[in-house]
Amino acid sequence: MSMPTFDPGDDPGPDFVKLLDRTGRSIVRELPGQFDAGHATTVLALRTIDGVVLAGDRRATSGHLISHRTIEKVFEADRFSGVAIAGAAGPAIEMVKIFQVQLEHYEKVEGKELSLDGKANQLSGMIRSNLPAAMQGLAVVPVFAGYDRRRELGRLYQFDITGGRYEERDYASTGSGSLHASTVLKLGFSDAMDTGAAIDLALSALWHAADEDSATGGPDPIRGIYPVVANITEDGFARIDDADLAVRVTALTANLSTQYGGV
Amino acid sequence: MGMPGFYVSPEQLVQDKADFARKGIARGRALVGMRYVEGIVFVAENTSATLRKVSEIYDRIAFGGVGRYNEFDQLRIAGVRHADQKGFVYSREDVDARSLANQYAQIMGQVFTHEHKPLEVEILLAEIGDEPDDDQLFHLMFDGTVMDETNIAAIGGDSSAILERLQAGWSEGMALQDAVKLAASALAGPDRTLGAAELEVATLDRGNGRRAFHRLDDDAVEVMLSAN
Repeated sequence: MSMPTFDPGDDPGPDFVKLLDRTGRSIVRELPGQFDAGHATTVLALRTIDGVVLAGDRRATSGHLISHRTIEKVFEADRFSGVAIAGAAGPAIEMVKIFQVQLEHYEKVEGKELSLDGKANQLSGMIRSNLPAAMQGLAVVPVFAGYDRRRELGRLYQFDITGGRYEERDYASTGSGSLHASTVLKLGFSDAMDTGAAIDLALSALWHAADEDSATGGPDPIRGIYPVVANITEDGFARIDDADLAVRVTALTANLSTQYGGV
Repeated sequence: MGMPGFYVSPEQLVQDKADFARKGIARGRALVGMRYVEGIVFVAENTSATLRKVSEIYDRIAFGGVGRYNEFDQLRIAGVRHADQKGFVYSREDVDARSLANQYAQIMGQVFTHEHKPLEVEILLAEIGDEPDDDQLFHLMFDGTVMDETNIAAIGGDSSAILERLQAGWSEGMALQDAVKLAASALAGPDRTLGAAELEVATLDRGNGRRAFHRLDDDAVEVMLSAN
């Protein structure tokens, strides 16, 4: 692989996707026909007093089959932001990979990090360029969230398949179980929640989504599979470990058993 | 493409270009790189807080340039592009300084022989390994010559005198603070002292996670310089 050099005025700047285009590694492709690739489902984000919490279930489905039990849908985008994906698993994970490289690429080329709004806009452009694939059944719809160091608060963004970017104030959810998850978030959300309370609410929202939506997986204590949950604050992106989640899930399911009359 | 009617021997042409490049580089302030216990530190004499001589290329690779800013900055960006693209197409662990150094050598050698004006820059490329023994320093000259340096390197104006001063003070397993102090005194020479505001300091630190590159701000450098 040779080192890419360009003439002044004809330079791709800090744009990694444009760089790939210019070096013949374009990621935008035309696909024939309709696809039903593996799909990944409920993800959400909610604002806390210290930043944002991002969470996603672990199931991927292919038609009526469960294709993966341990897929990860929540990713670190850079030190102060994360992205959670729903939609066609393959293109979604590739989009995240490009997004991660793009944020770091910009930071290194320009010597300065993008603003949180700038990062959300970059992701929006990637979703827009995926529109032809989305029309063929390979839609990717992420949630983006991060800690805005200039404004000193957690912010979150929802998208549609055309790349439409919508900043939400309190919470956002996407994927096939998002209707149920966002109802739980809506009823349980309160301003100035601490991180612990927000993680518990996120786990509850995912449990209820899994309870109603066959494409969303619930926590699986038998195999030790728990949702991926991340907390983003002024200290950066931190994934919550499974031991902590296991304790919270045990408490959640005990409450639910009492509520619904199970043993 | 030469002027009609004049013959210049290839020896003379190369000599003139090399003299020209050396003169340009000698005018600029120097930069040193050296191994310390946790990785590699770069210290440059640079009064600007925005026009950087030392930068991050990739997870474990850093770049230092001296001479004409616009020229080495273009090379820096080309390096970032090469590294990010290679890491994206293959894997992050496939990106290495040796291959980058060879790419730089190609470009600088090409410009030196084919262009009217050679690049008036020198580059230091560093990569830290998992173990201190795997740390690497590559020194690139204006004509594309690559040198594999061990432990310490100096590039830019007055670099041979600076290197001698570094050699006298360097030892295996130095603490970062001692390395920065040594670099500052080596860059300054016997007749001057350099303060934090005139230095640009950055490290590749094994304890710094995936992106090992870390820039030290003036306050941190000041603390190191004033410690006993």
